[in-house]
Amino acid sequence: MQRVPSLHSPPGPVDGDRLSTARDAALGEAERLGCSNTELRIERIRSQQVRLRDGRLEGAADDTELGVGIRVMVDGAMGFAATVSTDPGEAARVVTQAVEAARLIARAGGTPVELADEPGHGVVDWVAPYSVDPVDVPLTDKVDLLAEWSGRLLSSEGIDHVTAEVLAVTEDTYYADLAGTQATQRRVRVHPSFEALAVDPEGGFETMRSVAPPAGRGWEYLHGDGWDWDAELEAVPGLLADKVRAPSVAAGLYDLVIDPTNLWLTIHESIGHATELDRAMGYEAAYAGTSFATFDQLGTLRYGSEVMHVTGDRTTPHGLATVAIDHEGVPGQSFDLVTDGVLTGYQLDRSIAFTSGLGASNGCAFADSPLHVPIQRMANVSLRPAEGDGPTTEDLIAGVDHGLYVVGDKSWSIDMQRYNFQFTGQRFFRIEHGRLVGQVSDVAYQATTTEFWGSMEAVGGASTYLLGGAFNCGKGQPGQVAAVSHGCPSVLVRGVRVLNARQESGR
Amino acid sequence: MSLDGLPPAQQVVEDALASAQTGSDHCVVLVEETSEVEVRFANNTTTTNGSRRDRRVTVVAMRQVPGGMAAGVARRGGDVDVADLVRAAEQDASDSPPADDVSPLIGPGDSSLMASTARFDAPPDRTDLSVLSGVLAGLSGAFARGRTDGYVLAGFADHRLATTYLGTSTGVRLGHAQPDGSLQLVARSTDGTASTWAGAGTPDFTDVSMADLEAQLRHRLAWSTTRFERPAGRYEVILPPEAVSDLACNIAWELGARDAEDGQSVFSRPGGGTRVGEALATLPFDLRSDPSEPGLECTPFLTAGSSSADTSVFDNGLPLTRTEWIAGGRLNRLRYHRAGATRSGVEPAGFVGNLVLEVPGATGSVEELVARTERGLLLTCLWYIREVDPATMLLTGLTRDGVYVVEDGQVVGAANNFRFNESPVDLLGRATEVGASVRAFGREFGEYLNRTRMPSLRIPDFNMSSVSQAS
Repeated sequence: MQRVPSLHSPPGPVDGDRLSTARDAALGEAERLGCSNTELRIERIRSQQVRLRDGRLEGAADDTELGVGIRVMVDGAMGFAATVSTDPGEAARVVTQAVEAARLIARAGGTPVELADEPGHGVVDWVAPYSVDPVDVPLTDKVDLLAEWSGRLLSSEGIDHVTAEVLAVTEDTYYADLAGTQATQRRVRVHPSFEALAVDPEGGFETMRSVAPPAGRGWEYLHGDGWDWDAELEAVPGLLADKVRAPSVAAGLYDLVIDPTNLWLTIHESIGHATELDRAMGYEAAYAGTSFATFDQLGTLRYGSEVMHVTGDRTTPHGLATVAIDHEGVPGQSFDLVTDGVLTGYQLDRSIAFTSGLGASNGCAFADSPLHVPIQRMANVSLRPAEGDGPTTEDLIAGVDHGLYVVGDKSWSIDMQRYNFQFTGQRFFRIEHGRLVGQVSDVAYQATTTEFWGSMEAVGGASTYLLGGAFNCGKGQPGQVAAVSHGCPSVLVRGVRVLNARQESGR
Repeated sequence: MSLDGLPPAQQVVEDALASAQTGSDHCVVLVEETSEVEVRFANNTTTTNGSRRDRRVTVVAMRQVPGGMAAGVARRGGDVDVADLVRAAEQDASDSPPADDVSPLIGPGDSSLMASTARFDAPPDRTDLSVLSGVLAGLSGAFARGRTDGYVLAGFADHRLATTYLGTSTGVRLGHAQPDGSLQLVARSTDGTASTWAGAGTPDFTDVSMADLEAQLRHRLAWSTTRFERPAGRYEVILPPEAVSDLACNIAWELGARDAEDGQSVFSRPGGGTRVGEALATLPFDLRSDPSEPGLECTPFLTAGSSSADTSVFDNGLPLTRTEWIAGGRLNRLRYHRAGATRSGVEPAGFVGNLVLEVPGATGSVEELVARTERGLLLTCLWYIREVDPATMLLTGLTRDGVYVVEDGQVVGAANNFRFNESPVDLLGRATEVGASVRAFGREFGEYLNRTRMPSLRIPDFNMSSVSQAS
């Protein structure tokens, strides 16, 4: 593996001359056609997926997406068109196509579209912090590393099969608008994972997957910069062996100490999506759904207990949703969503910022491809740890008489208004009288969002804090996928309903 | 050079194959041309829209490496530097260990693919917003009726024409143009207490209409004026074809042979092997995929842009045929690539882009099942379906946009939503009545696979695990 120095300036999706030619052609044509807002995005998104099964390469693919997307506003209507052709003549033609779409759609009826004002921010160059471009690392190195991880697991007793994979993405984005912003940005992200499987000859099986989060980091992450892979590889065989022997959980109410490796997903589903204002105002009613956290309850909705403070941000180092400038020309920023347990903010794009009357966007517009229109997407939505030293996870466990300690995410599901959720996990340890007394299996926890967060008695300190996240958050039609991080401490939640998954299936 | 500055797809295929002659032992080139338009609406107004032209070029380079044959895959979008792309694929092949899924590349001449061979020479199909003109023309009236009658409309219409070109160093040249479209509508009462949905898949928008879907919504909203609170528990439930589609697609997704053989799926046999041959249901359900299924026609040859457990890049161009995954209630086939099938002594079975579940001879619409119900719940669709336990294929999810209370053969009102926990494999075994299979758009899987034909099902004891307050 060759180590390259950090970039100080982003390389851009294509060379600078072609960018400025396309910008001049597109924005010039937009002005000529009377467009108000116009945004041009040229993006090159390189990705690589490598997957091994039992130490052998199962599949690998390199992908490079390159394209031009243009959104225009004309006569109170919005139009979007895109192409994979980066021929300079095409940029002006795509503007024409977007304008025609806007005018055609406007005739279908409805109310005029307006965007919250956003000043120009001039030339912005930004590179996310990383050391080694993960897509540039030779395939041999990737296969060798994953094979080595797989070999360590396969040599452990009781493990029948192992999968190991890595997803790596490097995004180069050029953005220009009529307000004068020209942003060139590079973001990188990786998601390595492995899973060990033990088959019961009598039928059934158990798995244990790594809980290492995906991160806005380069290939250095797989060599220990940000996660201790050796420790996790060493721990998984024993954890799986214990899980195989674990008794099935008795359904009932339990106090839960939830590790950040599990809690990030509960935050994502029950707070992240619920505080998207486009959802709360009905603009996702046909697909992702709406939200119980309706706009009329801003400032009054009791979301959770007083120890609950949640922020949205697009600024956290290594955060998967972190940017300098979003896809509507708004700078990445940080803002409150829940303060002292009360709903105090929403995630916004420029359209919803105008419609709601909240003023300026807080920078949550994103499109997953140059060929897709930007929509409001999730910021890094994170739960603040306790101030000072705060409790450790062990301190939280010590405060539980009868409960479970929940580690790692697995299955997830939540309703269309973000009330009722059900999650499973990688492993569940029974807590008796403040101490861990071994794993139980077949656990799912189920709750209603405000009851769950209202029962959160304590949050752990900074020492328990971890930035979790996912590459595969879905929203919008046609479907778009976004990567997002969620930081949180360990927490203690009292009296949560726990189901036995085997009993649920009628067995 | 075509109008938008990109060379014709056929030329890209030939250039890539020519470029690969020096550095590869074999090569597969796949060009996917997509033309797509869409419009979204919500709160009785249009919101976002889009039109796009996409091209993805995938090169699979196969190279002899120590110990066997390796494959390297590289894909790029747009105006691709073909020689550079081929070199990238070849580099990945050289960097890879021998593949486990090697089979000799398929040659030309399969008589079942004559139409596809001819299609290779034609230009890609293109769509534009005019295909949605009927939808767009109907919107303002529908919005106005919503405002007058106390509900807001949201929805989505999209149309996509994907034209695939496949060429191999063994002389295969195949093409296929796949139309795909959908129209979905949601109506929510202005007070937020009721919501309902209707959706349909279509190749060209000649067989779906705004008026029909809107009429369905208005009918169901009228049902919702009487409200019932129902607790969690087991209910007699009528699953309409749209809900069955999502459950059947989940089953189809799990039909991979490798997981089953490795002991890690619901289709694994305890002690080793698979459950092929085992009865899953007493009713004679057939679950099948067939590229020439009338009304659901889809690509008749396999394309694979990367290898996975049961799909192989070495199988590109393999003719796809009628595949009965479940026949007469018995598990009949699993998905195998050719190398895996050879190892297991069975026939390969690739992924086909449609799915039909039926009991031959079954008749009866949802309405007829309702009429034969003394007491039960009629669902609209399912949502946020996720696997809880792969060993039993236990799924969790929610009812969405309308749960209706049936008493003495009639819908008498609407109930709250529920979270369910159920295995769709078990549901096949527990179904007591099956309706006629009709084209159905799954609320969740329809986005990926809308060419499905499904029956309605009566389940006597569907597990509603808890109440969802969503309305």
